[in-house]
Amino acid sequence: MILPFFVIIPLGTAFLISLFGKRIKNLSDLLANLGTLSLLIFSLYSIPQVFVHKILVYKVGGWIPPIGICMVLDGLTSFMLVTVNLVSFLVTLYSVNYMERYTDKHRFYTLFMLMLAGMNGIIITGDLFNLFVFLEIASIASYALVAFGTEAEELEASFKYAVMGSVASSFILLGIALLYSYTSTLNMADISLSLSGKPAGMMVSFVAVLFLAGFGLKTALVPFHAWLPDAHPSAPAPISAMLSGVFIKTLGIYALCRVFFNILTVSSRLLFVLIVLGMISMVVGAFLAIAQTDIKRMFAYSSISQIGYIIFALGIGTPLAILGGLFHLFNHAVFKSLLFLNSGAIEYSTHTRNLNRLGGLSRSLPVTGYTSLLGSMAISGIPPLGGFWSKLIIIIAAIQAGYFVSSVVAILISILTLAYYLKFLKFTFFGKINEARQNIREAPGLMKLSMILLGIICVISGLLIAPLFKPFLQSAVNVLLLGNGYKEAVFGALR
Amino acid sequence: MKNPEKGMTLIVKTITRLTVGLILLYGIYIVLHGHISPGGGFAGGVIIALSFIHLMLAFGKEVALKKLSQAQASILESLGAIMFLSIALLGFLGGYFFFNFFLHKGSPFALFSAGIIPLCNIAISLKVGAGLFAIFTVLVLFTPLEINRFNKDNGNNSNK
Repeated sequence: MILPFFVIIPLGTAFLISLFGKRIKNLSDLLANLGTLSLLIFSLYSIPQVFVHKILVYKVGGWIPPIGICMVLDGLTSFMLVTVNLVSFLVTLYSVNYMERYTDKHRFYTLFMLMLAGMNGIIITGDLFNLFVFLEIASIASYALVAFGTEAEELEASFKYAVMGSVASSFILLGIALLYSYTSTLNMADISLSLSGKPAGMMVSFVAVLFLAGFGLKTALVPFHAWLPDAHPSAPAPISAMLSGVFIKTLGIYALCRVFFNILTVSSRLLFVLIVLGMISMVVGAFLAIAQTDIKRMFAYSSISQIGYIIFALGIGTPLAILGGLFHLFNHAVFKSLLFLNSGAIEYSTHTRNLNRLGGLSRSLPVTGYTSLLGSMAISGIPPLGGFWSKLIIIIAAIQAGYFVSSVVAILISILTLAYYLKFLKFTFFGKINEARQNIREAPGLMKLSMILLGIICVISGLLIAPLFKPFLQSAVNVLLLGNGYKEAVFGALR
Repeated sequence: MKNPEKGMTLIVKTITRLTVGLILLYGIYIVLHGHISPGGGFAGGVIIALSFIHLMLAFGKEVALKKLSQAQASILESLGAIMFLSIALLGFLGGYFFFNFFLHKGSPFALFSAGIIPLCNIAISLKVGAGLFAIFTVLVLFTPLEINRFNKDNGNNSNK
């Protein structure tokens, strides 16, 4: 069984790196890259497993699930695992050269692998409290990674993030505790079974609100977004890519979906709340992004806006909308991590992120320039690229479901997105070059390689809705559509 | 421990000298009896770390760091984690991750029973004890901002 290895590999590499990384040169690079590569292979291998078995349940320690902890592999799990491990492999590839600027590279890799262990753990676990434990592992590692540069502003951002993150964790813990007192079990499928036998009451709604606040803080939906524009730009570029690319999606959106759709049965009121939150995030994020002059800060606000699209799509709740939402999740993971890696490459060459002090870089940084162009066009939804198809599906689904005003807003915000990404391209790569930067050099080979690979994925990710690859996405959508049927699927797999 | 200039007063030092060994022993007792009585790896590990922190408070950081330096604590911490993970991995001998693969049945009040659980407790106590001690030393040895900035100006972007 492959399931426990998604946690074993990153944990093992983390501690091996912290033991030997300082003593043996380059070992930390090698171990981290091997670890993420093997995780990527395992996650790709999980796709055919899901097709054959539909759902796989692993009993940790050989205990039967309501008693022991279980790990569940279904379509959504496999989809998220592929997304997370693909991005994390390319990010570790990038860090080999990029992190040379910092001392204590092995500590960076240790924290990185711990964060990855947390994220993979959240995705595969079938136990609500176990989810909380992995969520804390990932969060605490990310607080430390945000502060990795130890400058004053980085420490401030990390402190703010830690406070907000702890508030979110306490909400989630309180929700889990109330749910445990109400159902006397922590296994997700068993909670769902127990709730279906109880009369409808205020308890489930209250728990839902707690989870919405907690996971909403982790997702950085608009009323809860204040930590993100500080935390994501302050981290080193690979970590910004991980945080914006997959971290907020795993801790926020995936956990939110799993809890709301599969455990607490989703109600139309809750879906409406998701739509409203998604719309607000979409609009506010885009308007705040336009005014920014720091590249990474602009990308961070853009993440809030794009997350709004995903939450909006999930809130519509029709099969097509959920397909669009998950598809946009994958696309956003790819192009946002690409853009953050680009910003890291720009900073690597020019030592600044301020848009007003850049310009004319396309000649001296061709790889960064062209991949940024691809990423920006993909995120603004220019036709052949992946981002266009996912936004198109979301908007069609919104119109079909009767949300006309919202879909018009979504289109307008998409144009606004194009505007601020054109601003980024104009101020960075086109125009007059600064005299002092006549002979700057492009980033080293591995950084270029990982940016090019992400650029290629940006171009071809539209194929994911082609008939050949659609079952991969569709199996993830089916899990969410299954809703309350998740418990029968899990208990059925055990028999 | 014969360093009268540093640390707290003679009263505190004398009492510490008497009690610190007992605290360490009590921590080890809690760890080893974790599977048959209240306590366990985490609680025992905290008590073990407290005995070292106690030394540091009473006698100053040099004395405590001579007993267990920061580098040693860091190695012990990683070793504890790896030990825990490998015990869990050995469960694959019985077919499952975290499978309790030997001395399968625990018997009440018997020290040598319950299979891997005492071993897990020892690993956890290493991790928690060394980790807590390392956190405390990092807080004690914290370098001021100016020194960090000086290092960074010289091109090594350090995180101590």
